[in-house]
Amino acid sequence: MCYYSFLVEPISCHAWNKDRTQIAFCPNNHEVHIYKKDGNKWTKVHELKEHNGQVTGIDWAAESNRIVTCGTDRNAYVWTLKGDTWKPTLVILRINRAARCVKWSPKENKFAVGSGSRLISICYFEQDNDWWVCKHIKKPIRSTVLSLDWHPNNILLAAGSCDFKCRVFSAYIKEVEEKPAPTPWGSKMPFGEVMFESSGSAGWVHSVCFSGSGNRLVWVSHDSTVCITDANKKTEVACLITDCLPLLAATFITENSVVAAGHDCCPKLFVYDEKKGEVTFQGKLDVPKQSSQKGMTARERFKNLDKKATSETNDVTLETLHKNSISQISVLEGGKGKCAKFCTTGMDGGMAIWDIKSLESAMKDLKIV
Amino acid sequence: MAKNTVSSARFRKVDVDEYDENKFVDEEEGGENQLGPDENEVDSCIRQGNMLAALQAALKNPPINTKNQALKDRAENLVLKVLTSYKSSDIDKAIQSLDKNGVDLLMMYIYRGFEKPSENSSAIFLQWHEKALAVAGVGSIVRVLTARKTV
Repeated sequence: MCYYSFLVEPISCHAWNKDRTQIAFCPNNHEVHIYKKDGNKWTKVHELKEHNGQVTGIDWAAESNRIVTCGTDRNAYVWTLKGDTWKPTLVILRINRAARCVKWSPKENKFAVGSGSRLISICYFEQDNDWWVCKHIKKPIRSTVLSLDWHPNNILLAAGSCDFKCRVFSAYIKEVEEKPAPTPWGSKMPFGEVMFESSGSAGWVHSVCFSGSGNRLVWVSHDSTVCITDANKKTEVACLITDCLPLLAATFITENSVVAAGHDCCPKLFVYDEKKGEVTFQGKLDVPKQSSQKGMTARERFKNLDKKATSETNDVTLETLHKNSISQISVLEGGKGKCAKFCTTGMDGGMAIWDIKSLESAMKDLKIV
Repeated sequence: MAKNTVSSARFRKVDVDEYDENKFVDEEEGGENQLGPDENEVDSCIRQGNMLAALQAALKNPPINTKNQALKDRAENLVLKVLTSYKSSDIDKAIQSLDKNGVDLLMMYIYRGFEKPSENSSAIFLQWHEKALAVAGVGSIVRVLTARKTV
């Protein structure tokens, strides 16, 4: 895995372009910076300045090469590349609180924005008026929507929110698409219909993710739990209570394996056993190289005693790659069905790229099913 | 114009959050089976010297969903009684005998115990806290902090 430290400030959110040569992220201010890969270095190529508040969500549509950003200024902009510059188009979300997360749908004809106004705005382009229009999903959301993920069928949308629930909604817009075929989540899918709602969790749901097929859904919440539900098993929920700090981001890397990371600054592997219907923790993916235990010379011991009032070799620095919480994970290669590489960004302003093959060979007991 | 409100300051005692129509209200879950642990059962186990059973009995029927404060206090005192009668060397074995949810519940009682320290209770709770933490990790503490309804 390789680690690149972009800034000292946290990276609020990031998104990759189609061929993974450019990354767009928000350096914890009102702007979006786009960096281009230059051999082993990254050089800044664009600065997108239009938001009046911190940019909380970025998504880069792979095929149509459009970027959508949303921020605490209650706005969202769709950016299109005209020649050498990115030109923004304002999207009126009709929300009265900050926007928190944004995701393009798989077919890139609409996007969803989660906000603190306790609703989700589904935005689509109206050809006649040459204008982005939005529809709201309000019921039964009772608090800020923290994370969104689209189902591969372009209709269903999973949302994790601060009212301790993870839900699957239908975001069917009849103006832009055909009536959807039935799925294991249900057959009637009018706009705003709740296809699934979780229960029993006691923490804010930080991140949700559909599996590659769309039949499974994972969510991580602030009470340090990881939950997976399988639509093929009548949406029975398998919950794992972990012994680590809360996780902030999760993604499927195969149909059965989930990589999640959070305040522990280290990505972890979880596996869903379909037969037993349970989630198990497989291991940490960030095993630091064992630093050799050097014997302390008498001089060093005295120096430590003088400086730190202790003569122990207790190292208080974090041994993980990321030195602060990881806030977002994105799949780089292979898709959610057979991920080969994934990327993490965090509050330490750094970005790490993890290679599954080398992780598997480095950690002998690790088996990604 | 300015008005002296020192004497007629009743408006300052109004809790404006109560009138917010978007105020989040937890779902009401039934509190029927929440009678709290059985005192007699726990006492008899302690008398017989069967500490493991005493702990299991004290952690049964936790009064999580009730609003009855007296019930919660009674449960807390009972758990304190059991934890104090334990020998330090047996604490490890006791925690091994609990399942994941049991250790989380024990953590909840321990933190409740921290809130109202009495004579020697803090030292005992700290001892139990250290052992429980070794088994369940910081995740159990996070769950105590994020629980909407606790013991």
